Amino acid sequence: MKFSIFSLMRQALGHHARWPAQWRSPEPKAAYDAVIVGGGGHGLGTAYYLAKEHGLRNIAVVEKGWLGGGNTGRNTTIIRSNYLWEESEAIYELSVKLWETLSDELNYNVMYSPRGVMMLAHTVHDIQVFKRHVHANRLAGIDNEWLTPEAAKAFCPPLNISPKLRYPVLGAALQRRGGTARHDAVAWGYARAASALGVDIIENAEVMAVRRDARGAVEGVETTRGMIRTKKVGVVAAGHTSVLMSMADVRMPLESYPLQALVSEPVKPVLPCVVMSNTVHAYISQSDKGELVIGAGTDAYTSYSQTGGLHVSAHTLDAICDLFPTFRRMRMMRNWGGIVDVTPDRSPIIGLTPVPGLYVNCGWGTGGFKATPGSAYVFAATMARGEPHPIAAPFALERFTTGRLIDEAAAAAVAH
Amino acid sequence: MLLITCPYCRMARPESEFHYGGEAHVARPAEPANVSDAEWAAYLYMRANPKGVHAERWRHIHGCGRFFNAVRNTVSDEILATYEAGMSRPDLGDGTKDAR
Ligand SMILES: Cc1cc2nc3c(=O)[nH]c(=O)nc-3n(C[C@H](O)[C@H](O)[C@H](O)COP(=O)(O)OP(=O)(O)OC[C@H]3O[C@@H](n4cnc5c(N)ncnc54)[C@H](O)[C@@H]3O)c2cc1C
Ligand SMILES: [Zn+2]
Repeated sequence: MKFSIFSLMRQALGHHARWPAQWRSPEPKAAYDAVIVGGGGHGLGTAYYLAKEHGLRNIAVVEKGWLGGGNTGRNTTIIRSNYLWEESEAIYELSVKLWETLSDELNYNVMYSPRGVMMLAHTVHDIQVFKRHVHANRLAGIDNEWLTPEAAKAFCPPLNISPKLRYPVLGAALQRRGGTARHDAVAWGYARAASALGVDIIENAEVMAVRRDARGAVEGVETTRGMIRTKKVGVVAAGHTSVLMSMADVRMPLESYPLQALVSEPVKPVLPCVVMSNTVHAYISQSDKGELVIGAGTDAYTSYSQTGGLHVSAHTLDAICDLFPTFRRMRMMRNWGGIVDVTPDRSPIIGLTPVPGLYVNCGWGTGGFKATPGSAYVFAATMARGEPHPIAAPFALERFTTGRLIDEAAAAAVAH
Repeated sequence: MLLITCPYCRMARPESEFHYGGEAHVARPAEPANVSDAEWAAYLYMRANPKGVHAERWRHIHGCGRFFNAVRNTVSDEILATYEAGMSRPDLGDGTKDAR
């Protein structure tokens, strides 16, 4: 079924009771040419590009819960590409370009909304770092501009630029092409398109073990819905990557932390753009439903609890109330946590592993939603060819041995 | 917010008095000059990151200021033991002591 104005009208006549299932739910086959572990945006996107760009159709995605139930469905959906290093600029900009056409590509509205992402500077150090980013990005052909506090307020009227704040707004970096997208729609859109190309999407199947042959190469995965034989496994499991890789005896440079978000009651449009401040720990935008979507920080310690401490979100709300005094009386409706996989240099790990046939795409930490299409695209190419796609190559696991880190942590230490 | 018992101060105090220090018992190579790049990478970057029982370092920054270790379950966040820096990981009889 193709979504169009006509299909909408037809279904409206049937009171929207007759929409078909958007993807098949087959029983797992005994064997596939490749298996992706993890049904988040990155895993489902990988399966889609494997089928579409590389003709691999006898493949499956296995997901322990429901699609997008991991960080994909828990994130604050900030999309931008104004990172510092060339390697990062290449992959995040590829993603932004793919976002721009993704709804057409998938025939599924992912609600990509380039409403502008504004990053606030509160200290002299922030100003220097952000201006450096602006210059680096412009050299790479990526839009990013410096705004005075007054220009920032003109772009985002509810912003408080009073010099009396504990951390006054001294300026901002604005990427106009940045914005947000609808998190679930990304998972569902990729799942639907992949399923239509023949990819089996298997929910409620947790991978419990990775089977290897005498040479050590991958032979299959043991799941709660039975053994699946395959010679190619792509682990795309975000916060659970260390757990999966340890099933193949690979230690990873990852630590898993809870990261929280919360949403307010819905109100009429009040916030026209995305605002983020790493110095005071506040990330905020307004969803199309009207809720303020707020991102908080990570907990101090590694954990798989998928909740996060209340003091962490309270700290963020303090900052939001300072920056947006008009939001002080709003009530928060829900808060939750996701488990994010953080690397030492805050850049992802994409590529081959010491185990033949085992591939990994992880380490997106607090900020990988924006990268979903680009990450999936280059990871699919890497898995299909058995060698890194040029944009993925710098993000190989070996960089921790060679020392060629891509240090976005020291560059910005910005989450989301 | 965790309640953490500092083994030096012998008091349960809120997490906000402490600073997390990552995986415990990661030994720095004794002879740095004779260590391969892979061994350096293992020491500097590779972490167990288990879903379950984890030995980790904490520092009581707003108290005695000293480093110590804790054993914590990373699913429930329950702290199973805290002990002084330099002591070996206690055997809690759950078979996780020698697990990596
Ligand atoms: C609160 C929060 C806010 C965020 N805000 C932003 C933001 O504003 N912008 C941004 O760019 N990024 C943000 N991120 C980060 C972003 O969400 C992630 O980087 C991205 O969504 C990761 O996608 P993924 O598909 O790799 O992982 P996930 O969506 O987590 O998918 C991994 C899947 O693997 C499955 N899995 C795990 N173990 C197994 C197993 N053994 N067997 C089978 N399946 C398994 C999980 O159930 C899960 O569905 C945020 C994250 C959080 C938690
Ligand atoms: Zn103490």
